[in-house]
Amino acid sequence: MDNSRLSTVLAIPKRPWFWAFAASAIAYLATLSLTEGRGGGELLSAALTFASFSAIVGLGQMFVITLGPGNVDLSIPATMTLAGTLSLKFMDGAADLILPGLALAIAVGISTGIFNYLLIRLLRIPPIIATLSASFLYQSLAIWWNRGLRIKPPEALADFSTGSIAGLPNLTIIGVLIALLSWVVLERSIFGRWVSAFGQNTRAARLSGIPVETVRAVTYVLSAVLASFTGYLLASFSGGAALNMGTEYLLISIAVVVIGGCSIAGGNSNVPGIWGGALLMFLVVSMLNSYGFGAGVRLIMTGAIIIAIVAAASGKGRSA
Amino acid sequence: MEVATGAGRSMPDVPLVALSGACVHFGAMRALDGVSLTVSPGECVGLMGHNGAGKSTAVNVINGGLTPTEGHVRYGNEDGKHGTGAARARACGIRSVFQELSLCPNLSVLENLRVPHRDLTGFGWRKTAAARIAGALDEIFPGHRIEPGMIVGDLTLAERQMVEIAAGFASGPTPPRLVILDEPTSSLDASIARQLLEHVRRFCAKGGAVIFISHMLGEVFEVASRIDVMKDGKIIASRPASEFTQQGLIDAMGHVAAEKAAARTAVESDQRIGGEVLKTPEGLNARKGEIVGLAGLAGHGQAEALARFFMSRSGKLGRVKDPEVAFVAGDRGRDGVMPLWSILRNLTLTHLPSLTRRGLVDAVAEQALGADWKKRIGIRTDNLDNLILSLSGGNQQKVLFARALASTAPIVVMDDPMRGVDVGTKQEAYDMIRTEAAYGRTFLWYSTETDEVCQCDRVFVFRNGQISAELSGDGITEENILAASFQMQGTGA
Repeated sequence: MDNSRLSTVLAIPKRPWFWAFAASAIAYLATLSLTEGRGGGELLSAALTFASFSAIVGLGQMFVITLGPGNVDLSIPATMTLAGTLSLKFMDGAADLILPGLALAIAVGISTGIFNYLLIRLLRIPPIIATLSASFLYQSLAIWWNRGLRIKPPEALADFSTGSIAGLPNLTIIGVLIALLSWVVLERSIFGRWVSAFGQNTRAARLSGIPVETVRAVTYVLSAVLASFTGYLLASFSGGAALNMGTEYLLISIAVVVIGGCSIAGGNSNVPGIWGGALLMFLVVSMLNSYGFGAGVRLIMTGAIIIAIVAAASGKGRSA
Repeated sequence: MEVATGAGRSMPDVPLVALSGACVHFGAMRALDGVSLTVSPGECVGLMGHNGAGKSTAVNVINGGLTPTEGHVRYGNEDGKHGTGAARARACGIRSVFQELSLCPNLSVLENLRVPHRDLTGFGWRKTAAARIAGALDEIFPGHRIEPGMIVGDLTLAERQMVEIAAGFASGPTPPRLVILDEPTSSLDASIARQLLEHVRRFCAKGGAVIFISHMLGEVFEVASRIDVMKDGKIIASRPASEFTQQGLIDAMGHVAAEKAAARTAVESDQRIGGEVLKTPEGLNARKGEIVGLAGLAGHGQAEALARFFMSRSGKLGRVKDPEVAFVAGDRGRDGVMPLWSILRNLTLTHLPSLTRRGLVDAVAEQALGADWKKRIGIRTDNLDNLILSLSGGNQQKVLFARALASTAPIVVMDDPMRGVDVGTKQEAYDMIRTEAAYGRTFLWYSTETDEVCQCDRVFVFRNGQISAELSGDGITEENILAASFQMQGTGA
């Protein structure tokens, strides 16, 4: 191995996303050690499937958090629920309405994103409060719309969302494609530059001629669209929309951003870490499950593990 | 406030600080290359040199912020109780006032004093802190309007600098013996700067010592008893101030100062200036190719007028590719620098929309633009991919200059852009501005320094947020500007 390749390999542990993947691998092996290696393929496939949902909403949240202190989208769960509920009721099991249903879900995302942004911009409400209070509206709208009925997704859509190609779950392929696209946007496009500039120093970004309000609006809409798309997929995957289907994604969307090594202070983010964090969130829970811990212990352990990962990753970042 | 003269009186020949053969390396870069220097009580040492010559590094070695890779630092009247680094320097009465303003904007003036003054603890520390900072402010800047309870973020740039200076001279657990002033007057107007210079003289007369770093030669000659000239990390000349002339000093620093002002002729400006391109509600106006100055005492609404004008003409999505105005920040940390980014990314930010194909940045074109401007404006780095914060203050400023000039904007707004820029670079920047103006660019230039304002074709003097005078041609003189800056004179000119 020549020197430059060696140094590339040695530099990997210094990458902010390294610890998320390393911890995922450890959690995976720890789970398998209990079953003496049986069920490894199933566990991996389940991890890849469920991590896709976390990764897609996490990518949206990542863009928002990159905008800097105070910017966070807490309406992700409610947007997921609203988009899932509305689109499934609209399709009502009809296969020819799959694409219009998807369009409806995306439209829900665009609308909630714009609504969130307008609350922040026009009423000057801090994003945390604005998106949290807006999410009560979205949630109520979802309840009022379908009155708790659970409508099944079209057969073909359900099959697609649970199916796989060459062993890779379809959802994982979609999740990875969205991640690749996000990487290009963040690293190669001017919009990514603007988002990073906004997060580092909003005033300086404005004085450099960046249309900062447009950047912020697009970012909040992007996050809402990714959330509503995830809601559509999740509802199809789990055989119908439920009013609490988004709940756990509030914590997860933020956790994967932090675990993935993005800066909470804004301006700095990385896409691979989102997938690392998403895998870890699933694998840790399944590991604790298979070791037979109760729900209370499981939550405590999850919290402790997240803290440990973030501490390890940030420690490396400082010394590098 | 009192000055500790004890040490000076009992042992007059013991220097307050002595560097011998100090070297500091950052990777391959030799920031400091064998510097020996002593400062004794009663001395005021002017430390001169270009951006990146090693002045700030030398200062950081003296105040304990950096440990030299080779050589050592010795302090006079050391009691041996305080360990190493900054704590040791501080215990010996070494204080620094930095070029980059280092106050916490969200804290009040007196709370900021607690950061260096560790003894401010327990019940009633606020009262002690308020007394210390108010005492220093009253002594140095009589007539200031700063209350110790004010939040630093609400102060103007000049007031923040005044607070920082006052904190450097304030009495504390160890009284100040050697105060290092790094570009202290860069955002102060002439009258406040004068108060400071007088205070420095009084302080030294009472047995204190000052290291004075400034790019304003006049000031250095006024206060310094000795001038040390630095170049490429070495001290290349060290003589009493009286043995230097201004020209001699510039020559010693090794930059060929262009014959200033000679380049500007009335004929040239007549040909260059076209029709009116902007007019603001305050009455500010400018024509195509004109260099318009904004003068007056610092904090009288010039910066706000520029910001309002800029905001009204920029930031719309449809116009990012051909912006109407570009901005050069003077307060780099607040208005200009993207701290997480490389030099290149900072430089290309404003022009980036024109280097974009289908939303994606053309990396090759971006590199080329960066390389071009690195050469044109002389940014001191071997790699544009280094972080912007690895550059010295003056070089960061050059990057911000390049950011604006690289764009196609016909109007360039400059908010005191020469803060912390050395004499040679200033001359280059003047030439560049004049060249760009000759191509039809309009400049709006706010400056706290009279010699910069005198480079302009027309000058608006501000007082209390309003234009108090408009000067042009031979009417642009220091006397006229000062006259229009002060209330009692009414409208000057």
